[in-house]
Order: sequence, then structure tokens, then C-alpha cells
Amino acid sequence: MGRVLVWYGELTTASSLARRGLLLLLPGLLWLLVFLVIPGLLLIPLSFAERGPFGEVVWTFSLENYRRLLGFGVLGFSLDNLLALLRTLWVALVTTFICVLLAYPIAFYIRAQEGGRRYLLLALVIIPFWTNLVIRTYAWQLLLAPEMPLARLLAALGLVEPGMALFPSAFAVYLGMVSAFLPFMVLPLYSSVERLDQSLVEAVQDLYGGPWRAFVHGVLPQTLPGLTVGVILTFIPAMGMFVVPDLLGGAKHLLVGNLIQQAFYTMRDWPYGAALSLVLVLMTLVALRLYRRYGKEVDLA
Amino acid sequence: MKVSLWVRAVALGALAFLYLPMLAVALFSFNKTRYGLSWGGFTLDWYLRLFQNEAILEATRNTFLLAIISTLLATFLGTLFALGMERHPWGRRFRSFLENVLYLPVVTPDLILAAALVVALGFLRALSGLFEPGLLTMVIGHVTFQVAFVALVVGSRLRSLPRELDEAARDLYATYTQYLRRVLFPLLLPGIVAGAMLAFTLSLDDFVISFFTAGPTSQTLPLIIYASTRRGITPEIHAVSTLLFLFTVLLVLSAERLTRRSA
Repeated sequence: MGRVLVWYGELTTASSLARRGLLLLLPGLLWLLVFLVIPGLLLIPLSFAERGPFGEVVWTFSLENYRRLLGFGVLGFSLDNLLALLRTLWVALVTTFICVLLAYPIAFYIRAQEGGRRYLLLALVIIPFWTNLVIRTYAWQLLLAPEMPLARLLAALGLVEPGMALFPSAFAVYLGMVSAFLPFMVLPLYSSVERLDQSLVEAVQDLYGGPWRAFVHGVLPQTLPGLTVGVILTFIPAMGMFVVPDLLGGAKHLLVGNLIQQAFYTMRDWPYGAALSLVLVLMTLVALRLYRRYGKEVDLA
Repeated sequence: MKVSLWVRAVALGALAFLYLPMLAVALFSFNKTRYGLSWGGFTLDWYLRLFQNEAILEATRNTFLLAIISTLLATFLGTLFALGMERHPWGRRFRSFLENVLYLPVVTPDLILAAALVVALGFLRALSGLFEPGLLTMVIGHVTFQVAFVALVVGSRLRSLPRELDEAARDLYATYTQYLRRVLFPLLLPGIVAGAMLAFTLSLDDFVISFFTAGPTSQTLPLIIYASTRRGITPEIHAVSTLLFLFTVLLVLSAERLTRRSA
């Protein structure tokens, strides 16, 4: 056991090296285990438990929470929860897609700038990334108020009733979501676009490829790593979002995030909240798995 | 390099789209009218009134107290973690376990993180009154997501430092503590500062974790702003949001400058 070894100039033994390493790791590791990993795993048995009359947890094994989650409530069957699940997936997908559409032009535009201007533009993308989401979201409430130019313009065009706010609405949710996540898409994508080899794009064009082919065969394969990081950084938090639908969506546009918030915060029903959380995580993982498979095919093309 | 006109138009439009809401908030923080959104003239009154608003002052104190305490704790824990992980010979299995534990808080939606925290704190509350919702539980929540980011940043700095310096120090009979203090720490400091600034910004940026771990006496600015969207936004909220935004801008720019200089 006590075999002496030299570890980067240090005369020591394997066991004392391991002991010191563990000692350094232990405080942080324990912290993460106690407050994240163990309670995270605890959500699984919790989702099969039941809520007691005072919000306490009654440990049984029942599928009641999952039945309720699918819409079989005390008042009979309702589609609301299933719709919220589908809507969450849909909103996250559309948000991610719009972010991709906007992020490519931004990334290419930033790349086309000279030194100082390039840093300025990057800073302009980074700042919203770090600005508190509650501020950025309630700011949309202000901008979409009936007295503001946007609502007036739409009212003048006859698209909305005069004097109506543009929120709560699905439109407002998409605005809020896209502006929340656009920086998450631009920053990783830019790091790929910055290194893009233009000659490959020109090769496609020389072979009479139009803009679409130039993108699919020239740009996309080269920027796939950044795009993938961007998609992950956008899609995962978009699935779990509750601030934006809460402030801009109203009761008609509930997402799973709102249901989880209500379960844990308003109803104090942890088992139900745990079941919802697990379904959310599961849906996210399945979607990312599908993206990966599809993404690989694109990579080969 | 040239970009086509429509690329430029979409890019600039999207950037404007990112800033328009904040500009509106800043604009209306200078508006004389208290109710409604008609323009009543320029004033700095709302900013001056912030200093008499007990709730907002208290929330500002809590916000910064929370950010500072949690950042210090997370920086300490995260740096030790990185040191233990990067500078010791671990097997592949254990190392990938450590990496997974670090990536978990990074890729988990904050709402799920909050759910796990609610459960953890709820069970701990049964053991000790220490875990009643308040500033302490908020610190626990913030450290839980900060520590991984610090460990990742410090870890990448550690990997970029040449191991020859370790060897040289130990060959010259430095003890482990001497080596840590005189050799490694000065070299690692830019990484530690970068990690701490990231942690601090993350804390200011957070709403969800705070929302689920806060108690009645530990309101922070994001919580107050959120609550006021229910009770009615006042120009004071616009003013405090504008200030918090400007503070974020300063923080981001100085962090940028710092990392560019040390790179």
C-alpha cells in the first residue's frame, strides 16, 4: 500500500495522494450530493407518493400523480394538462428554431466587423445574457402595453382591438422566449462561425450551388458544433421556463413550468410536482436524443 | 468581408429587439407621470425616492449580501474541488463521475434545480430550524448552482498551467502549503477571479432559485420586481431595474476586460 512514488516532483504514496485529493473534493462534492444529486434522485420515489392533508408527504406507491398529470382529475378527464405538455414542447421547439434563424445572420454580421466594433457587438449580445430575466420579461409587458406604439400600430391596422394590451397572449410568450434565449444561441454559434473556412462555402458556390445549398453543404457542417451547444442551451431552459409564460402568457398559455411552480409553490403538493418535473426532464432528454440522431445525419450529408 | 444587406438588416433588427424592452424601461424611469404611460416630462424623482423606499433598500441589501456570501462560499468550495479533481491521479470512472456531478447543475433547468432544493430543504427542516426559508436557504440554493461553474472555470485554468512549475517548486523542497500559497495560488488567481465574477453575476441573474428558497424577510430585488408585476408596476420599479441593468453592464464589461488581459 505504502508504495512510494513521485507525483510531479512530490515524493508521496498513492494512498496519501488519494486522501488529499478526496479531502479537497469532499466539501464541494458533499454540498452537491446533499442539495442536488440526492434530492434530485428523491424526486423519483416522491412522484409515486401522495400529498397528506397538510402538504406533507405520505410515502405510498400510487400512480395517482401520473394519472392526474395526464388529465384524470377529481372532476373527471380534462385535456388541459396534456395540452400544456404538448404546448411546452411546441413553444420550446419554435423558440429554438426562431433563435437559430436569427442567430446565423447575427453571427455572420459580427464576423464581418473589424476589431473594436466586433468586441462592441459581442458585448451587446453578452449583456442581455447576464441581465436578470424578470427585468427583461416585465420590460416586454411595458413595451406591449396598449398606450405604446406597437399596440397602437396593430390597432390602426385593425389586427387587435384599440386600447388592448398585446399580452397576455401566445404572441407575447414567443417574443419573451426568443428575446430571453437569443444570446444563448448567438454566443456558441458565433464561436463556430468565427472559425468558418470560407473557401468551403465558395467551393459549393463554384459548383453552382445556390444560397440554400451553400448553407446546407458549406456552412451547416462547419458550424454544427456551435449550433448544437446553442440548441442545448436554448431548448433545455426553454422547456423548464416559467417566468415568461407567467408574466406574458396568462392562464390560457400555461406551460409545464407553470404547473411545476404551482405544485411546489402554491399547492405545496411535492409528489405531484415531482411527477411533473420527471416528465419534463424525460421529454427534454428524449427530444435531445432525437436531435442528436438527426444532427448526426446532417453531419454526414 | 462583406455581408449581404438582408443579413445586416436581420442582425441589427434582432439586436434592437434585444434592447428595445430595456430602453423602454429606462425611458419610463424618467417619466413624471406616476400612473399610466403618458409622457409627463423628464424627472429624476423616482431615483431619489428609491433612497427613501425601505422595501427597496432592504431588498438591495439582501441582493448584494446574498450575492457576496454565496460567491465567497462557492469560490472556496469550487476552487478546492477543481484542485482535488485536476491535480490528483483519479481513475477514469471516478473522474467522469466528478465531471457528471459538475455538469448536472449546468444543464439542469433552474426550475428542476429549485424543485430538488425545495425537497432537500424541506427534509432538512424536519431536522433543524436552521433551514427555515430565509437568507441562509437562499445562500444554499445559490451556492448549489454556482459551485459547479467556479469549479469548471478554475479547472480549465488549472489544466492550462504547466506542470513543470509544480515539479520545480517541489524539487526546491517547497511543502504542499508553501507550494499552494507561493506558486499555485498566484498563477491560479486570474482563474479564481474569473470564476468568482461568473458566480456573482449568476447570483444577480437568478430569479427562480431565489423565488423557491426565499422567506418573508429575505426579499431580493428580482423578487420585488416580480411581485410588483402583480401589484402594479411603479416608475420606482423602472428606476431600480435600470440601475440593476447598468450594474450588470459594468460587471460584464469589467469581467471582459479582466479575462482579456489575463488571457
